[in-house]
Amino acid sequence: MTLIVVVHYNQKNVTVETILEINNLSKNYAALKAVDNVSFKINKGHVYGILGPNGSGKSTTLGMVLNVVNPTSGSYSWFEGTTSNHEALKRIGAIIERPNFYPSMSAVQNLELVCKIKEIPTDKIQEKLELVDLIERQHSPFKNYSLGMKQRLAIASALLNDPEILILDEPTNGLDPQGIRKIRDIIQQIALSGTTILLASHLLDEVEKVCSHVVVLRRGKMLYSGPVDEMNSNHGIIHCDANDRTGLLEFLKTQPYVVSIKEEVEGIKVKLSQPVETSLVNATAYKAGITLSFLMHKKQSLEDQFIELTSKN
Amino acid sequence: MRRLLDIEFHKFRHSKSSKVLTIIYLVIVVLLMLAGLIRININNFSGGLSDLGIFNFPIVWHISTYFTSYLKIFIAIVIVSLTASEYSNRTLKQNLIDGLSKKELILSKVYLSGLLALAVTIIVFIAALILGIIYSDYNEIQIIFSELYFFPVFFLSHFVLFCFCLFAGILVKRSAFALGFLGVWWIVEGILNLIARWFDWKYDLNSLEWFSHILPFNAISNLIKNPAGRIDIIESTVNQVDDNLLDLSYNVDWQDVVSVSIWCFLFIYWSYAILKRRDL
Repeated sequence: MTLIVVVHYNQKNVTVETILEINNLSKNYAALKAVDNVSFKINKGHVYGILGPNGSGKSTTLGMVLNVVNPTSGSYSWFEGTTSNHEALKRIGAIIERPNFYPSMSAVQNLELVCKIKEIPTDKIQEKLELVDLIERQHSPFKNYSLGMKQRLAIASALLNDPEILILDEPTNGLDPQGIRKIRDIIQQIALSGTTILLASHLLDEVEKVCSHVVVLRRGKMLYSGPVDEMNSNHGIIHCDANDRTGLLEFLKTQPYVVSIKEEVEGIKVKLSQPVETSLVNATAYKAGITLSFLMHKKQSLEDQFIELTSKN
Repeated sequence: MRRLLDIEFHKFRHSKSSKVLTIIYLVIVVLLMLAGLIRININNFSGGLSDLGIFNFPIVWHISTYFTSYLKIFIAIVIVSLTASEYSNRTLKQNLIDGLSKKELILSKVYLSGLLALAVTIIVFIAALILGIIYSDYNEIQIIFSELYFFPVFFLSHFVLFCFCLFAGILVKRSAFALGFLGVWWIVEGILNLIARWFDWKYDLNSLEWFSHILPFNAISNLIKNPAGRIDIIESTVNQVDDNLLDLSYNVDWQDVVSVSIWCFLFIYWSYAILKRRDL
């Protein structure tokens, strides 16, 4: 299991700039409710994940805010409604499902076109191609690229305008492990630079690695929206072990922070009801005459939280 | 407008089909210019095509615009394939995401159609001018610059066809099917014409003429009428057979101009309406 790294940016700013606000957005395809009454807000500086199994409405939601799918009802506004939708789109960077470019144009020609559409100068093309490691192939036609290269070109294209928000829809879909690693490294690099990111994915570990906030969708309905670590009210798990396992079990049963105890081959897993310092656990256990051979506090993995949440509703 | 043209021309310039077909178009125009050298032999007449008087001003304006009109099919194919491939490559979706509005997207394609129609008109004008200067028996400025109205009409007939292609590409989404759609439409017009002809014959109506102004392909092809009646040698040949066989009217009908202008507007508007309603 992996340790969740939650990146928190400065939340002390009183006036948080809202980048995107979605209000009761719905999309019906005939009888199918692809997106059902979804509302959430995206604030500047955070990394958001949209989670949901395939067909849960992630791409449709993004399609609506990106002006390519017409909403059945509800509304959304970019940058607090200060600009028209297509003007707002010039300030964002988005890649959706799979990279879409003109096959007979080279990387540079394709990016030049994007610059013309976004009304920005073309002088960032080289810099962005360098970032995604495509400099050597910049003049070969797009149709000769591998999927990984296409996806990296899409990222370069989305970054051309130094966007205020980067929207990524399944950016690692269909890539080989090296390709996935490369894309992930790039995303993490961008996240660290403070760019707001909205990442839609069904790959939980992908979201887990970079996101501070999540929106969980299932069958078009929103199940949760908020910080990752508040998705389920729990305080994680303590893994511990001692040579004297029965003694340790007896000791744990008397502790106030314990919800449940599970004995496994590699140790004992204790679910917590309140936050507790591992050093305190160690000290009290030692006082009770038990020497711990192993002690670790672990947050619940996103996968566990996600399964718990989606099965609850 | 300049930005939209710039965007669309960038796509046009870097597309393979556009390069190939532009070259074909230019080659054919040049070949047609060389037509003056062709020797023919009809009805006891023998000599070069130029000796027929077809390159005389102002008839050369009519002849050149009429015959090069058929070449617009090449450019029409480019427009259909450029438009429909925006769907199959999903670049249409990407353009919208990058910040082009749906209205701008249609407008950029309309502008490009206009620009291409204009470019073709200028090329044909220059070609005809050169032919005329070389072969024409009359070289008075007044005569040279008479009947120039064929060129605005020539431009219009191209522009409306390109808009039709744009509409077909947007509606059908696949270039092969979009071309098929245009072909089917053309056949449908042909069948309607036949039916109209039959009705006219049976009930002594005038529906064929009506159809010839109303239907888009009919109106486009009627804009510039067959100039055969103006060529002396053909005229005299035909008149030997039957005085009334050849319809000698070759003026541009205002009904056709109005009709294609309306079609033009409708095609642009419908393209926009379809794109606006559609989820991509």
